[in-house]
Amino acid sequence: MVLVTKPNIADADGFYARLLATHRGLSAAESHALNARLVLILANHVGEADVLEAALALARDGA
Amino acid sequence: MAYEYRPFDYVPPPGLTAAEPRHRVAIVGAGPIGLAMAIELANHGVPAVVLDDNNVVSVGSRAICWSKRSLEILDRLGVGQACVDKGVTWKVGRTFHRAAEVFNFDLLPEDGHKMPAFVNLQQYYVEEYLVARAQAMGIELRWKNKVVAVERHADHAVLTVETPDGPYELEADWVIACDGARSPVRGMLGLEFEGELFEERFLIADIQMQADFPSERWFWFEPEFHNGQSALLHKQPDNIYRIDLQLGWDTDPEVEKQPERIIPRIEKVVGHKNFTLDWTSIYTFQCRRLRQFVHGPVLFVGDSAHIVSPFGARGGNGGLQDVDALGWRLAAVVKGAQPAAILAGYDRERVFGADENLLNSSRSTRFMSPEDGVERLFRDAVLHLASRVDFARPMVNSGRLSRPCTYPLVAPDADLPSGARPGSVAPDAPFDDGWLLDALGREFVVLALGQEAPAVPGARGVQPALNDHLRRRYLGSAERAVYLIRPDQVVAARWLTATPDAIAAAMAAGWGG
Repeated sequence: MVLVTKPNIADADGFYARLLATHRGLSAAESHALNARLVLILANHVGEADVLEAALALARDGA
Repeated sequence: MAYEYRPFDYVPPPGLTAAEPRHRVAIVGAGPIGLAMAIELANHGVPAVVLDDNNVVSVGSRAICWSKRSLEILDRLGVGQACVDKGVTWKVGRTFHRAAEVFNFDLLPEDGHKMPAFVNLQQYYVEEYLVARAQAMGIELRWKNKVVAVERHADHAVLTVETPDGPYELEADWVIACDGARSPVRGMLGLEFEGELFEERFLIADIQMQADFPSERWFWFEPEFHNGQSALLHKQPDNIYRIDLQLGWDTDPEVEKQPERIIPRIEKVVGHKNFTLDWTSIYTFQCRRLRQFVHGPVLFVGDSAHIVSPFGARGGNGGLQDVDALGWRLAAVVKGAQPAAILAGYDRERVFGADENLLNSSRSTRFMSPEDGVERLFRDAVLHLASRVDFARPMVNSGRLSRPCTYPLVAPDADLPSGARPGSVAPDAPFDDGWLLDALGREFVVLALGQEAPAVPGARGVQPALNDHLRRRYLGSAERAVYLIRPDQVVAARWLTATPDAIAAAMAAGWGG
């Protein structure tokens, strides 16, 4: 499998709003912690080492 | 009952009065690794003299967790059963975050092995048994013989040794440095470790108490009894319990090792005051090794070659695997059957093994003592998730316990079970009325399953009657197989069927290792 980089979420605006809503009311530290948990949860869902590696590289690119 | 230390007798060595004939092998250090090395070589018919600066077994329990592979090696040396009989057998580890269990593991979920997954036994008992065995075999143990200088030559080394009666010189074709993490021999050769020093401080306490803790390894992250830090509890024989407490880097070890500081901490762990302190120590982590373990006539084995953090039980166990990898090769070189070049195989395999141990113990350490910032962020995220969802539990890392590594051999292989692939330690299994591993070792073995063993010069044929365990571990769905197994019980090559020539070629390659 390869990392999906084409649009893949049906309602992109809706997801973005849900993501922000999930963080609402949290301090910056609590938001960082939530994001860390979210990364782990999604990474486990993906599972495949090649895809995870590509995602890590893409996220790191430009950091 | 606290252990009763009995000093061994110092005997003035012959070298004090006249030059001794050159020894084949001199071993520096009579800890578990040096003693095991001497017995292993004696089993291969090679005498060694052992020099130790002290005259007593390990003070304090120190290495306490002996892995299945170590017990198999100790069994071949003649003390395995004594260690199992005296030790506390365990195989389950539990990890807690605060008060909740977040992860557990079972290290030996199947039967059909002679040795258990792990035995907890204080290092002083293991040394006591090894000393008795070495003495019974006539191995010369020289107590209060402190090596203070090493001179390397092309084909031998000269040691300067201090004794209560003055110094003497001792020549040996080979010197094996088994003198521990602070190895004076390493310092005398000007060799340095490379790797990481972790900035974390731990307190070890052995306490004696009557208690009913199960024979399991318990590890806590952020327990309520030890504010924000981690803790480990292990049961040992004689009602001794090992407790490791993370102290944090900012603490002063001189202050923390005072009993009036230690006792209240232990009271919080066990919940009462009804115990006595037997031994305490404060340590920092290092994960480092020598670049090479073979330096001309001087060979490094055990902690003198590599040191790891203690949470994977990879120090003493890693050292015994070094002994396993060196003994048969060095014996063949000393006897003139093989060139000294084969010792490169020891260096290559045990550097590989050390790197695996270093990798695992560095990762555990990073999880237990994350740096502030993103390391702590993800560590805490894993602990947070582990109590609620399964996937995060295997990420909880309180130490990955020592297992023998599979060496990356390039060797004939076949479609057979992966647990017995070339480079792995041959899995144990019931064998007639005993155990397979008892029928392997000390020489190359041609293990033939479902067929007659081809006759190969220099190898011993073994043909067990098949049983379910042998089938599952060595055949899988195949009906027959031939395994070539090295003297250290590592699988050298395997085939469904093989000619004597093919086996002989693999054996020659196996010596080259």
